[in-house]
Amino acid sequence: MPGVVLRWLRAALLLIAWAAVGSVASAQDLQPVPALAGHVVDTSGTLDAAQREALENRLAAFERDKGAQVVLLMVPTTLPEDIASYANRVGNAWKIGRQGVGDGLLLVVAKNDRKVRIEVAKTLEGAIPDLAAKQIIDEAITPRFRQGDFSGGLDAAAERIMALIGSEGLPAPAQSSQTGTGMAQWLDLAGMLFFSAFLAVTIAGPVLRAIFGRKLGSLAAGSGLGALIAYFSTPLWMAAAAGVVGFLAALATSRTTAPMRSSGARNVRRGRGGRRDVGWASGASGGFFDGGGSSGSSSGGSFSSGGGGDFGGGGASGDW
Amino acid sequence: MKRWFSILLSAFVLTALGGCGYNDFQRLDEQTKAAWSEVLNQYQRRADLVPNIVATVKGEANFEQETLTKVVEARAKATSIQVSPETLNNPEAFQKFQAAQGELGSALSRLMVTVERYPDLKANKGFSDLRVQLEGTENRITVARNRYIQAVQEYNVLARSFPSNLTAMVFSYAPKPSFTVQNEAQISAPPQVNFEKK
Repeated sequence: MPGVVLRWLRAALLLIAWAAVGSVASAQDLQPVPALAGHVVDTSGTLDAAQREALENRLAAFERDKGAQVVLLMVPTTLPEDIASYANRVGNAWKIGRQGVGDGLLLVVAKNDRKVRIEVAKTLEGAIPDLAAKQIIDEAITPRFRQGDFSGGLDAAAERIMALIGSEGLPAPAQSSQTGTGMAQWLDLAGMLFFSAFLAVTIAGPVLRAIFGRKLGSLAAGSGLGALIAYFSTPLWMAAAAGVVGFLAALATSRTTAPMRSSGARNVRRGRGGRRDVGWASGASGGFFDGGGSSGSSSGGSFSSGGGGDFGGGGASGDW
Repeated sequence: MKRWFSILLSAFVLTALGGCGYNDFQRLDEQTKAAWSEVLNQYQRRADLVPNIVATVKGEANFEQETLTKVVEARAKATSIQVSPETLNNPEAFQKFQAAQGELGSALSRLMVTVERYPDLKANKGFSDLRVQLEGTENRITVARNRYIQAVQEYNVLARSFPSNLTAMVFSYAPKPSFTVQNEAQISAPPQVNFEKK
């Protein structure tokens, strides 16, 4: 009997190892997507610190001003991939552009291949059609790149790209008002807790207690309400708080209607409540999205992708 | 005892409802249809571009008529095929559509190669603009096809794997066709390189 188990275990381990090797091997074929560290990502080591800083500041100021995210990427090579498909892959991995707007643009320079591409997210295809992208490449980028002036070429390209995007009627960037959102969140939370407690006392608690008994029923009511609130895409911690309140409310009302056990059970209850939190946090992930997006996108200092850009293959390529 | 039974029963009902995958079929079916519409959209864009290209190339005196005629014919053939979302459930029509579009694609790329021999045409501003647009359209077609392939993959996995295949059987959700290369044998054979003069 143990022999059989061992054999199965060995087979499973082999399978896992094989799968791991396979995935590594297939990943090595294509160039990796670099980390999105800022508006200017240079893995070819072409730009010096001052040049990168200057470009970064310009693009960051533009993002604060207009909201659109323009990212410049310099890599040594995109081989074995074509620069168009590489740029598309990177763009869709980074998803630059605001959430819900999708105004992102990616300029890729493959230095050793002597190729450049402007990859435009779908939202900006009207502002920068393929012909305009090609014009920017032919008139602003390649003449300077031929003379070895990479930062000058990128600067001129950024200038023209920003002019084109700026004249497009995109929604204004969200004003980052910390106090306003904080206040709204607290009000949200208060409403949510009240709602949860109300439901737990009136409907969910009695029904579920009747089915599952007192403790399990309260538990089910609390976690059910928490999951329900998480489903309506509120931040997870809020949903968790609402779940706890629902649980406590259901339990408290049960004590007034059916006083069964004395204070000895309190510790057990508290333990259960904690465990339940962990339990459904992994299951109900509906609340993750909006919570992250609303707080993370409008911070002033560090750069992060808005996560809304969808790149459908628009843009143009050129070489020098 | 009774309580545990009811707990088990409700757990079972919940998993049975969640596991049959009916809603997943709805979602993925719509997703593949949307991806397919995008493919058609981009092919249409290319077909709309062809008359302009042909007109510009015709302006060039003594351009190779044969290449041009092939493009015109391939476009006529490709646009004559009626396609709709229902084409997805008809593998034969799908193959025909794909073959016609592939023909147009290769006729166009032959045209672009031929153009290299005509310096006046290459220098023509109108033509180079059209060329950029064609290139952009081909890129968009590639992306749209790629997304369709991924959407179909997700859908087909659901339609074939247990237990959702039972749902697929009951509601007749058949696996959908995906894009393949037409000249598979031709591509997998190593190219013959011959530098000897004939």
